[in-house]
Amino acid sequence: MFAYYLRLALHSLRRNVVLTILMILAIGVGIGASMTTVTVFRAMSGDPIPEKSAQLFAIQFGNWPMNGPQMVPGDGEGLQEQISYREAVNLMDAHAATRQAAMYSTGLALTPANPQLQPFQVQARATYRDLFPMFDVPFRYGGAWSADDDRDHAEVVVISRALNDKLFAGANSVGKTLSLDNHDYRVVGVIEKWEPIPRFYDLTTDKYGTSGDLFLPFTRAIEAQMETWGNSNCSGNVDPGWEGRLNSECVWIQFWAELPTPADVTRYRAFLKNYATEQQRSGRFDWLPRTGMHDVPGWLIHEHAVSNEVRILVLVSFSFLAVCLLNAMGLMLAKIMGRSGDMSVRRALGANRGAVFSQCLIEAGVIGLAGGLLGLGLTILGLLGLRSLFSDEVNRLSHLSPTDVGLAVLLGVAATVVAGLYPTWRAVQVQPAWQLKAQ
Amino acid sequence: MLKMTHLSKAYRTEVVETYALREFSIHVREGEFVAVTGPSGSGKTTFLTIAGLLEEFSGGEYRLDGADVRGLNDNQRSRLRNEKIGFIFQAFNLIPDLNVADNVDVPLRYRGFNGAERRRRIQESLERVGLAARSRHYPSELSGGQQQRVAIARALAGSPRLLLADEPTGNLDTQMARGVMELLEELHRDGATIVMVTHDPELAIRAQREVHIVDGQVVNLTSSPRLVVGAHAGL
Repeated sequence: MFAYYLRLALHSLRRNVVLTILMILAIGVGIGASMTTVTVFRAMSGDPIPEKSAQLFAIQFGNWPMNGPQMVPGDGEGLQEQISYREAVNLMDAHAATRQAAMYSTGLALTPANPQLQPFQVQARATYRDLFPMFDVPFRYGGAWSADDDRDHAEVVVISRALNDKLFAGANSVGKTLSLDNHDYRVVGVIEKWEPIPRFYDLTTDKYGTSGDLFLPFTRAIEAQMETWGNSNCSGNVDPGWEGRLNSECVWIQFWAELPTPADVTRYRAFLKNYATEQQRSGRFDWLPRTGMHDVPGWLIHEHAVSNEVRILVLVSFSFLAVCLLNAMGLMLAKIMGRSGDMSVRRALGANRGAVFSQCLIEAGVIGLAGGLLGLGLTILGLLGLRSLFSDEVNRLSHLSPTDVGLAVLLGVAATVVAGLYPTWRAVQVQPAWQLKAQ
Repeated sequence: MLKMTHLSKAYRTEVVETYALREFSIHVREGEFVAVTGPSGSGKTTFLTIAGLLEEFSGGEYRLDGADVRGLNDNQRSRLRNEKIGFIFQAFNLIPDLNVADNVDVPLRYRGFNGAERRRRIQESLERVGLAARSRHYPSELSGGQQQRVAIARALAGSPRLLLADEPTGNLDTQMARGVMELLEELHRDGATIVMVTHDPELAIRAQREVHIVDGQVVNLTSSPRLVVGAHAGL
């Protein structure tokens, strides 16, 4: 009977084309608006590293007094989102985690070997070799630099695929040199496209930014006095000069640790507390510094990776969808009640309530399917509109996955079937005798 | 075939209870052609809708083809209606966006026949009413008489035990009405049991038996000679 009801639905939709188009439009516009915001929302709130997100921890350390200036608005723990250079060095030296990496964002001037290319600035991340295996960064050529390179402040770099394409036309550049800030750096690895969204390991500036053009040893960046391109917040006196900054309580470095098991987490937590106690005993603080650890999902929540504005936008768009569905429901009610004569004839000819219900619901499903497909088209247009209006950042967020496509169509059908329940119920309540008497 | 005994149908509101049928008894035997007549508001259509299982009754007994229909649920009533009853309506009640064959197909679909059986029955019933050549036409492309013939074909397609006709010629001109009536008579001669509600005394007289309803009750026509005279006066 499904095929029969489907054929009847198509007949019925052709009977009143204007009403049908209005219903499909109402649903399509609602789906389009909600799916556009949901697509962006999902990208913003998705797990950027699902395989390991529960094993990677952002480390916080309370080197500022409790009554100091607030660093993270709304942070109930009174902890900053970054740590100082002294903590970074001490925590790296302790090797208390399976893997650990301090890091900060910086930039260098690159002078290409090809004289036809002008020098340009590259965005770099100063870090330790552990970052690559810890974050499962995929390599196209070569690999991470060695632990010795970290220790020796080596002038080595891992570059992005985009930079490799630009400078070496995609060829294997491992072993080649790059002139950065007038120093030669040896390329040891080229990574594949690696763009976790959000950029969980550094949410201080551009939460949805790229992972940059290259990576270099943290120790080398410090030695070369490379300034941070990220946020730097200070408490207390800061002596002038680079050494002054390194010895200050300014926080400007992100620190991540890989802790594969719950026992590792417990151990690391204890280690942090001991470290804090040691630092207090050493006379550095007259308070016991608090410590914090957040896995990736917890860190995204802590750092408000998805802004309240986006959440509100999703709510508004779904409210709009609800209004559209109410309109569609009204139109569907008018359409179905306009055919109550047909329904009563069918009842007289042997259709039970279930048959009438199925027929109407399948008709609603067909409208929903058409509305869902239209909504999908409008979602694609909406995302294209967002891309043309906003930055690359939005561009990176606005990809429609096969799941999103399925979701749009499913949402259209499901929402319309739900909206069609009331008109269908009304159709089922039609008393065939009264309809026939009226005729 | 159709037996109602002391049947009543009351419509209740908060303040008033109105009886459309009261102590209504009728027995239609297999193969009979019965005309049900009466003035407007007498309860003719209510009788027809109850007989067709489209409406519940308030009291009394109703047996259709030997089965007591009281207390049947919607599914059971729908199945019984589909299998045993064929409806012919005054306004034809064809579905406008289905062609002739698809209209005849409607009750067969709910009966659950397979495709071949449905096609056979559609063909046979359309041939019976002389419209086999019009099976792909839509109702709007047919005359009133042809539409009523399609409705009769639809009623016949499921081989029902009982045909219920509600003013079958009410929307037709004299010539078309004559054609439809001749078709019903032919069906009766072939053994169909027909109950026809009509205002028209000319049609009523052509039935085998006439049952007259006044104020929801069957009136004995032999004790109301004026009615019979009146009915025959129009011939």
